[in-house]
Amino acid sequence: MGWFLLPFDNLLCIVLGISFTVGFSSLLVIVVPAVLGVSIGIRRLYMKSLLKVFEWATVRMERGAKEKNQHLYKPYSNGIIAKELSSLEQEIQELRASGTTLSSEPEFEMADIMYFCRRGVESIVDDEVTKRFSAQELESWNLLTRSNFNARHISLRLSVLWGLGLFIRYGFLLPLRVTLAASGIGLLVVLTTIVGFIPSGWLRTYLSEKIHLMSYRICVRSLTAIITYHNSENKPKNGGICVANHTTPIDVIILANDGCYSMVGQIHGGLIGVVQRAMVKSSPHIWFERSEVKDRHLVAERLSNHVADKTKHPILIFPEGTCINNTSVMMFKKGSFEIGCTVYPVAIKYDPRFGDAFWNSSKFGMVNYLLRMMSSWAIVCSVWYLPPMSREEGEDAVQFANRVKAAIATQGGLVDLLWDGGLKRGKVKNTFKEEQQKLYSKVLVGDQEDQGEDRPQEDEEEELEEGDQNEDRPLEDYTPRPLEDCSLRLQEEEEERGSETPMKDQ
Amino acid sequence: MGSTNSTLSKIPNVEELMQETGFTPAHIVRLYDRFEALDKEKTGHLRPQDFGAINRLAMNPIGDRIIGAFFSPGQETVDFHSFVRILAHFRPADKKRPKDPSMPEPVNSRTSKLKFAFQLYDQDKDGKISRAELLQVLRSMLEMQVTEEQLESIADRTIQEADLDKDDAISFEEFRKSLEKVNIDHKMSIRFLR
Repeated sequence: MGWFLLPFDNLLCIVLGISFTVGFSSLLVIVVPAVLGVSIGIRRLYMKSLLKVFEWATVRMERGAKEKNQHLYKPYSNGIIAKELSSLEQEIQELRASGTTLSSEPEFEMADIMYFCRRGVESIVDDEVTKRFSAQELESWNLLTRSNFNARHISLRLSVLWGLGLFIRYGFLLPLRVTLAASGIGLLVVLTTIVGFIPSGWLRTYLSEKIHLMSYRICVRSLTAIITYHNSENKPKNGGICVANHTTPIDVIILANDGCYSMVGQIHGGLIGVVQRAMVKSSPHIWFERSEVKDRHLVAERLSNHVADKTKHPILIFPEGTCINNTSVMMFKKGSFEIGCTVYPVAIKYDPRFGDAFWNSSKFGMVNYLLRMMSSWAIVCSVWYLPPMSREEGEDAVQFANRVKAAIATQGGLVDLLWDGGLKRGKVKNTFKEEQQKLYSKVLVGDQEDQGEDRPQEDEEEELEEGDQNEDRPLEDYTPRPLEDCSLRLQEEEEERGSETPMKDQ
Repeated sequence: MGSTNSTLSKIPNVEELMQETGFTPAHIVRLYDRFEALDKEKTGHLRPQDFGAINRLAMNPIGDRIIGAFFSPGQETVDFHSFVRILAHFRPADKKRPKDPSMPEPVNSRTSKLKFAFQLYDQDKDGKISRAELLQVLRSMLEMQVTEEQLESIADRTIQEADLDKDDAISFEEFRKSLEKVNIDHKMSIRFLR
């Protein structure tokens, strides 16, 4: 019985031997530069070659689709319908102009309801907020099943490529990454505990910085994160607060890779709790007990105390409060902006072609999410450090928060939305409905300024009539605008609606 | 999500639906994805709460009425077919269609759009917009911005202008007449992307 197992035995030995050698040498190649803080450039080369493969894959799929005379289902990132980006006043004027007599005193017309009706149905078919909370849609396929919409157009060659990709990702990359992550975290815990025994002083701070940076570098490599840092001269300094948009828990690792921050958060049980407690031994982080989290004054006090001490690192905070899918920035909670110190905004933008980093907490748990991250090709992102901002005279916390938010959104190429990230789970407030009612009543009852302008109104009437004629062009041939255009016009629309009225609570 | 064809095959009687509503396969697929996104509990039907979760709609002064338009009287859920049929009202009118009196009125014609708007006013579906119903709509659109007297005077004036047979209510024909110069097709249409 033993004799025919022998060749298998040999084969098994050889296979194991090879995989161990390969694994170990890759580990060395990755860990050593991480420890030393040097970058060889393997990851960028990897990224370039991957891109070439993806392009080839998409071209093949398009060819396949054309042969079968079908449409490739390319979900456009701008949505299902083309929205009219005009304001309430404009539209109602247009309704009136095309309707009956244009009296000098605007009054209620039965057709006015059509404006609200259409807006309502548009939002049923396609609305921005719900879209922000699901993963962004791609134009090309990146060989991951999870982002594949065109299962039928895959030829044999593509399937082979996909299978190969699967093997590489789960068989080679995943174990490698898990090992790296484990060693990174293990090193962090052990070394910070050791450093914790050194009395506070220059040596301890220096060592703790080095250890933190090294562990984060290893973690970054364990995710194969390829990060480009822009404007490093604006990096956050001690005694300030660093504010960034939130897409995934990995944001922390991405930022901490480049500088030392003090984290803020709730202390957890389990493995994360162990890591948190170890970290706090060597450098001051702000962890809250669960019960303390609700106490806003306590939170504010601890943050202020930390910031006042110039030897402590800048605090890292994500004011959106929840993960957004990286196409927009949602409302910032005002708490961190009330403290009154310098704020260093940071914009993080992920490249979705290599792997969607967004954590949809209602769909995936943490472990599932990490598994997905570690089995994607890579996480490619750009980090922009924006110039520091402070609260100006006469500006309240909410306005300051909005200003910072707008800066981050512009830099990252994200849409600046007014909505509260908490809306993912909650309902909208009545204040917005009142806004709409106010605007409409203004049109009906008329502004004071309108009454003195008789002549300009006639010109308006002519312009409006011309406008109506133009609208006879075929509506079916509408082509979608590029996303950048949309985002700018959305901002204009929000401003027009006069919706600078801030939302109040946290 | 699969390709256009695999999603279409999941929907029963999809050919009939496309015929009736005039949507292309690509449109149906997108609407189906949207339907599934709104149907959070994956029951295959939408309830009023699912519509209520859409924030822009909740902020709309007549949001509740629009939601009500999707549900036939007595029904508490709406399935995909009814969903699409109602949305079909908002397709731009087909300009090239020959006017054939023997064929049933297409769902996106001017008359159908007018009927949809009429129903938003006429909640008790008696075929007339009474003064009380008009006041209700005005109240939702204006609420606290104007006084009750102002609302009543607006309602009175509107009925006076539109009510031709002097029965103190606005019938569909009177409604249609008062809106004859309005470009309904443009105002009640949504441009669906290809």
